[in-house]
Amino acid sequence: MEERHLTCIRCPLGCQITVTLDNGEVVNVTGNTCKRGDQYARKEVTDPTRTVTSIVRVNGGDVAMVSVKTKTDVPKDKIFDVLETLTDVVVEAPVHIGDVIVADAAGTGVDIIATKQVNA
Amino acid sequence: MMKTYDIIVIGGGPAGLAAGVAAHDAGVDNILIVERDDHLGGILNQCIHNGFGLHTFKEELTGPEYAQRFIDQVLEREIPYVLNTMVVDMSEDKVVTLMSRERGIETVQAKAIILAMGCRERPRGALNIPGYRPAGIYSAGTAQRLVNIEGYMPGKKVVILGSGDIGLIMARRMTFEGAKVQCVAEVMPYSGGLKRNIVQCLDDFDIPLLLSHTVVNIHGKDRLTGVTIAEVDERRRPIPGTETYYDCDTLLLSVGLIPENELSHNSGVQISPVTNGPVVDETMATNHEGVFACGNVLHVHDLVDYVSEEAGTAGRHAAEYVQGKVADKGEAVVLKAVDGVRYTVPATIHVNSMDDKVTVRFRVAGVFKNRYIGVYFNDERKVHRRKQVMAPGEMEQVILRKADLEAFDGLHTITIKVED
Repeated sequence: MEERHLTCIRCPLGCQITVTLDNGEVVNVTGNTCKRGDQYARKEVTDPTRTVTSIVRVNGGDVAMVSVKTKTDVPKDKIFDVLETLTDVVVEAPVHIGDVIVADAAGTGVDIIATKQVNA
Repeated sequence: MMKTYDIIVIGGGPAGLAAGVAAHDAGVDNILIVERDDHLGGILNQCIHNGFGLHTFKEELTGPEYAQRFIDQVLEREIPYVLNTMVVDMSEDKVVTLMSRERGIETVQAKAIILAMGCRERPRGALNIPGYRPAGIYSAGTAQRLVNIEGYMPGKKVVILGSGDIGLIMARRMTFEGAKVQCVAEVMPYSGGLKRNIVQCLDDFDIPLLLSHTVVNIHGKDRLTGVTIAEVDERRRPIPGTETYYDCDTLLLSVGLIPENELSHNSGVQISPVTNGPVVDETMATNHEGVFACGNVLHVHDLVDYVSEEAGTAGRHAAEYVQGKVADKGEAVVLKAVDGVRYTVPATIHVNSMDDKVTVRFRVAGVFKNRYIGVYFNDERKVHRRKQVMAPGEMEQVILRKADLEAFDGLHTITIKVED
């Protein structure tokens, strides 16, 4: 049996939740005040994901950097692998919101897309 | 002849954009939005993280995406705007002085003005930290601009003082860019930031949050070499013997935001000593007739969605004012914030001119668990709503309905408090 301690982020209350796992299976969730806390805790211990946001350099644009994000969440343990794919990327202006900057980042199946309009 | 605009919006950030759009949609098109940066969008342009727009657009956007939605609305309506232009003065009779590199000094006449200048970060000078003045000390927002807009890294080993949201966001951002964030020190016993940011920006990367701690010394002469952090007692005085040295080349300050109201002040707009923003009624009108305020210049928000909503109210009512549609407002009902409630926006409500409902927003003075928000019409309690937790970092609200206010005979004061 393994215990994991989390802070729920579904509301300002910030319940301290304890999840008990048996061979990776959730067997018990305590400390939450509502159902949303239970859902959050189960997802967070079995399949934690995040949207990753960063920047890449732009050539010939009206700003030096363009902001980017993973189109959907990626597994939490892939965050730094995803960031790594951006290290040497330079794009040419113009850039539009939604343009794919890196396809299938770090084998996650998720594209990294631009989140800012950069004019040439 | 001086050029005349029906409405001049000072500031092209989220508040100014939404106010301009709402004023236009209410039938006024002789508008000018004045922005001092080289892009519309304001601070959202550097807030590249996601989490914006859940209320407004029902999806999670990054700051630049959220800004673009409103920029597009301004462009579609062909609302005039100027960039790289600073408002340096507004007079009591609404003559606005603009300054820009391209056009020099210009004076223009406004029939109505919407203040949407946003806020500034509290600087090091306001903190009285002893020590030298080496390079490497930045406000969190300055560092955010350097990294996200200009593409420069301020340093490699970072300590953050203050747990405001920008500081937390920058802890993650600097980590993503390869820096080592040593810790975040917060002088209060609770964080000023959102829970979500503490978990996803600090806990995710094992960055310690030191509550009831502050920086007591700054080391390094030319470049920062380290800081000394000490625990503080309940009166926020450093406890001798608790000092710890942290090696770092960068100190980021995230110690509060202050509405930027020099212009408002100089033109006779009444400023609240609590919010540092203008005192407004339910239409976002200040005491200075025809001058409205919205967004972070009015009071500092956690969520941009609420800024947009409030700015919409200001824009709509500024348009009504210009169109001569404002009926006799009658007597104002005064909103009183007491017992743990620090302030309310608006500060007064005119029952005659209010919309069907008015959202009153406020902040509490400390962390309250299992207490109630009480709303009193004169001395009679009308609302008694249980809250599991209230904290200064999370803005609260109550909604007042016109029908309820009209139905209450002799209403002169609405009191909002934290109670049992």
